[in-house]
Amino acid sequence: MARTTPEIPNASMADIAFLLLTFFLVTTTMPNTRGLYIQLPPPPEAQPPEDVQIKEKNLFKVQVNSFDNVLVEGEPWMGSERELTDRIKEFILNYGRDPLSSDSPKDAIVSYKTDRGTSYKKFIQMLDAMQAAYYEIYAERAGVTTERWREIASDPDLEINPQLKEIYNKGRGVRPDGTIEIPLALSIAEPTKVGG
Amino acid sequence: MSKFKKKADVKQEIPTSSMPDVVFMLLFFFMVTTELRETSINVKQRIPEAAQLRKLAKKSLIAYLYMGEPQKSEDLGKEAKIQANDAFIEPKDVIQWVNNEKAKLDEFERDQITISFKVDEETKRGLIADVETELRKANARKLMYSTKIKMEKE
Repeated sequence: MARTTPEIPNASMADIAFLLLTFFLVTTTMPNTRGLYIQLPPPPEAQPPEDVQIKEKNLFKVQVNSFDNVLVEGEPWMGSERELTDRIKEFILNYGRDPLSSDSPKDAIVSYKTDRGTSYKKFIQMLDAMQAAYYEIYAERAGVTTERWREIASDPDLEINPQLKEIYNKGRGVRPDGTIEIPLALSIAEPTKVGG
Repeated sequence: MSKFKKKADVKQEIPTSSMPDVVFMLLFFFMVTTELRETSINVKQRIPEAAQLRKLAKKSLIAYLYMGEPQKSEDLGKEAKIQANDAFIEPKDVIQWVNNEKAKLDEFERDQITISFKVDEETKRGLIADVETELRKANARKLMYSTKIKMEKE
């Protein structure tokens, strides 16, 4: 008696697998977890009333109106983002050389004010240029590339990995007493209600 | 002539026996690396570009808020709206939403929640600032403006 060997037909297996593959390709998204990271200030009520007077020269003001026109230090800005980044770097690292610019990186504040009518695109574009200034300063001091610096700054192991922590602290200039030489002082103000 | 005949004998087929294996490998790759799309996004999403991107390591700690002009602008108007999960919400509902999102996390991780904004580039700053104020009140102060990568021109 001829014995029939039971066999599952496997010619269609590739087709089935392809079907499943297409299903997963269509229904899934690669989650994008990248972006510009900021830390919001504490709620308005929790903040003590500000009595601190900030010297005009320690403020670097960037303003954008509802037509997406930019004012830098009160003057219309036509330059590129790269030029803005360089100017902010110069401002932060002035150390009192230019009497009209910041006293020290610790005192320097970059103030960013937009209007309620400013587009998100412009907002992101300018914020990107401002963050670049700080990240580039940090990266240069730590002796790494800016990409690497940003990686380190967002690394979840930053607090437990002494090697990373050392680079991170070197970039920001953490002194033995815990104060930071170059704090990231990028202040994003409440947008103004007036257009124009 | 005989030379030609010899050549004709050579098998010209691509072996297909390993194809299912290859396809299965691809299938598993996609199954593992991707997440099922949980919500259908009902607002326009033209995400702006930026260069100074930072990457969030823990996906479970991210909660997404979508903002932009509604896709069905003929029914819902051209005014930008906020979408959380599957519904449109008002800025005042953001605190409630944050608390719901926090409740989904483990207790020790709740203060580490990061809000990721996926905002259409035409959206006005005013709406975004209103949401930010609510986030500050809700004590969810880690914020990510989700953007695409801009290639740096050197």
